Amino acid sequence: MSFLELTGVQKYFGPTLAVEDFNLAAERGEFVSFLGPSGCGKTTTLRMIAGFEAPTAGSIVLDGNDITNRPPNRRNVGMVFQSYALFPNMTVGDNVGFGLKVRGRPRDQIRTRVAELLELVHLGDKGGRYPYQLSGGQQQRVALARALAFEPQVLLLDEPLSALDAKIRVALRHEIRAIQRQLGITTVYVTHDQEEALSLSDRVVVMSEGRIEQVGPPFEVYNFPATGFVASFVGTLNVLPAGVVDPASGRLSVAGQEIRMARPVEARAGSTLTLALRPEMVALGTGPDGSNRLTGRVADVSFLGSIVRIRIEIADGVVIILDVFNEPTLDLPELDASATISFPPEGPLVLASDAVAVAADEVAAAEAAL
Amino acid sequence: MTALTVRARRRPTFAWVGVVPFFMFSLAALGLPVGFLVIGSFRDGDGNLTLQNFADLTTGTIPTAFMNSVEISLVTAIAGGIFGFMLAWAVIMGGLPGWIRSAVMTFSGVASNFAGVPLALAFVFTIGNLGLITKFLAENGINLRRDLGFTIYSKTGLEIVYLYFQFPLMVLIIAPALDGLRREWREAAENLGASAYQYWRHVALPILAPSILGTMILLFGNSLGAQATAFQLTGGTIEIITIAIGRQIRGDVLHNPGLGYAMAMGMVVIMGFSILVYTLLQRRSERWLRS
Amino acid sequence: MSAGSGPPPFGPLGVMRSWLKPRPGSSPQKRRRSSLAAWVILLVGVAYFIVPLIATLEFSLRPKPTTLAYTNVLADPKFGGSLLYSFTIGIITIIVSLSIIVPTAFWVRLKVPGLRPYVEFVTLMPFIIPAVILVFGIIRVYSAKPFVFTATELGSDALLVAAYVVLSFPYMYRAVDTGLASIDVRSLTEAAQSLGAGWTRIILRVILPNLRTALLSGAFLTLAIVIGEYTIAVFLARNNQFGVYLSLLGQNKAFEPAAVSLISFGLTWIAMIVIALIGRGSRDRVTVVGAR
Repeated sequence: MSFLELTGVQKYFGPTLAVEDFNLAAERGEFVSFLGPSGCGKTTTLRMIAGFEAPTAGSIVLDGNDITNRPPNRRNVGMVFQSYALFPNMTVGDNVGFGLKVRGRPRDQIRTRVAELLELVHLGDKGGRYPYQLSGGQQQRVALARALAFEPQVLLLDEPLSALDAKIRVALRHEIRAIQRQLGITTVYVTHDQEEALSLSDRVVVMSEGRIEQVGPPFEVYNFPATGFVASFVGTLNVLPAGVVDPASGRLSVAGQEIRMARPVEARAGSTLTLALRPEMVALGTGPDGSNRLTGRVADVSFLGSIVRIRIEIADGVVIILDVFNEPTLDLPELDASATISFPPEGPLVLASDAVAVAADEVAAAEAAL
Repeated sequence: MTALTVRARRRPTFAWVGVVPFFMFSLAALGLPVGFLVIGSFRDGDGNLTLQNFADLTTGTIPTAFMNSVEISLVTAIAGGIFGFMLAWAVIMGGLPGWIRSAVMTFSGVASNFAGVPLALAFVFTIGNLGLITKFLAENGINLRRDLGFTIYSKTGLEIVYLYFQFPLMVLIIAPALDGLRREWREAAENLGASAYQYWRHVALPILAPSILGTMILLFGNSLGAQATAFQLTGGTIEIITIAIGRQIRGDVLHNPGLGYAMAMGMVVIMGFSILVYTLLQRRSERWLRS
Repeated sequence: MSAGSGPPPFGPLGVMRSWLKPRPGSSPQKRRRSSLAAWVILLVGVAYFIVPLIATLEFSLRPKPTTLAYTNVLADPKFGGSLLYSFTIGIITIIVSLSIIVPTAFWVRLKVPGLRPYVEFVTLMPFIIPAVILVFGIIRVYSAKPFVFTATELGSDALLVAAYVVLSFPYMYRAVDTGLASIDVRSLTEAAQSLGAGWTRIILRVILPNLRTALLSGAFLTLAIVIGEYTIAVFLARNNQFGVYLSLLGQNKAFEPAAVSLISFGLTWIAMIVIALIGRGSRDRVTVVGAR
């Protein structure tokens, strides 16, 4: 049996259904992210695990114990809040030791443990400071230390980095993951930042409007999105309307230009499909033999630091975004110039409205190829 | 100093002209009167500089007046603070229906202003000799004065009356502080295993302490300066400092104006000091509650 | 004291902060399950506050016939006279106070922000100088040469107004300052100037209309303070002031004071409700602590 199990968890706020039939089985030591836009129910679900909201249906079982109806101060889960929620009247050390103090641990034991944890988060010398004297990143690390001090069974993090600067965010998330690995603690991490979720997690739960859209390892969620929502929310995506020319040979027409899919298409000739195409699949130029090619007008060239993002307008409303690594010798196309782009026949995915678009054997084939 | 540094002559700015009326008026209506009192307190009957007036503050009924004032103010500040806090807690965090909060706040706004003459009268009508409660108790065999030794025309009576504007003042001022108690602090405390008692003891009350203390000090000053209520209620029979000063104004005493001024200075010093402490406490609580 | 970032919730001027919606940015307290303790406290509080009012009502209805006290009061020319007098004094106080405060607050915000601490300190004075001491000083200064004001009725009335203006400063300044803060007066003024408006026009046509809520709140509060005030009026021998009238009535008659008290309480209620209604929707409302 898994370590943390949510079964059929549901939450109504009055007439509004915030979380619908949430099922998850997390293993001991696993790092799971809940990823989704605001209002998708990810924070509500996290708060139900913590005990701040009670599910209207379903159960939450932790290490064999049903904690669904236990009050939040008796659940042995540690939570890191988005706003840090450090107690302003206590020093860093007192904050970190608070969980042990309310459990009645002896003072010297608390002292040792606090020192241990402050070392863990690299704030060893800050024990005597007050929260308002620390930077945002430091405060968040204190919050982490505080949540871990009493050795909880699960660590919950509610968008812990969203209030921080970009650079600190990247550095801190690596620290969080490193600490999590070191301690081997089961962790649930809520975020709306897909880069965070993908880079940190063992598994990602993509949510939308209270429902789980997909659960899987980052590689799978990114490359084989199960639904249109997942495809568009995770990573940048090109979405192209395509007319079916010949289903048997996989020939499709995009804005009047013909392309070929790697496999036969399950649709009637003359119908329209939606294709999803990752920017990494697309290259400038005509590409190797057998590639699909599309010609259009260069609409925009954006310099994003290490990559350059180019928008090519194939036809009215049909735009393809591609990313190119930024090199000093890069020869960028000019605005409004005509350009050809290419992508392999295996590149595009067919999306229907909500149905699963990828056959299971494709997933297996791709993973086997790794 | 580089050769390029040149001191330009700034044209004098007259921007401060706009605030001259304010300062002139304040000088005339406030500065001069207070200044007069200050200077007068250091002068004797012939106009010479002296500290005798301040020494005289220890004579006669004056020490009693100060002590009574301070005692009454302390009692009403502490009692007003405690129950006012409880009332604020009840309507803000006690789980009562939302409209009760607005009603209590509006009423507090009115009640904190219902002081002076009408308030004194209202309590006379309640627990004075012919008051409603007095009559009600008498009909049930309890004579307020004889059996409970209570009369409204006493220090305790005055304190009970003062609380009528102290409670609401506490409620009004402490309400924003209670609002400032972030929900996450309570949740974090619960998450870390704290019971409700532990949360209040280690987190909420310490955070609120500067506000509560500061407001009590404000209550103290508020009570100290009260005059109309006491005079209407007791006719001046209870010796408190504001009534004593009132007598000085009327010139009902042996003509020693310097003493009156010294009494006024004494009061001002106490109130000024209490406002100072209040400001310092509120700065600290502001820092925490904004963090 | 914070300068431009918004009014401080605490501090002596912040004392006047009234019931606000939960501060934006901090999550409000979720409504917890109703607690028995909360109900008990509420009921005790309600009892304490309501009983004296009921007692006053009951007392006022004791004479036979029951409305005798009220008819006597309403028939008494001094009742109407004193209300009128206090009301007039109140209006004059409001006008004087606004004429001083509005330009000052405006100037401090726009031209001389460095003077703000000094201005605020002065407006705080009523908290350090209680009414009885203020009137003490005023009498001593202005009853001697060269300012013999207390000798004449008009002079004493003027002194009364002056004292009340001082008393109104904390609330007026606070209300106007908050109002100016919420309308971004700097941008409005600069826009008006770039369009060619002169100072008078700016103040009258641009600033004042936008301050209506703040001004009305301040005005009503001042009115409430003035009408009930006793200490300053009595020492300036202004027996026509409503507070003094009520006091004398209380010393001389038994039941009529109850009627008048209730009427005055009712008037204060109405003033407060009007303030609350005016203030609805504005970000900040001001509370008053008046005569003691």
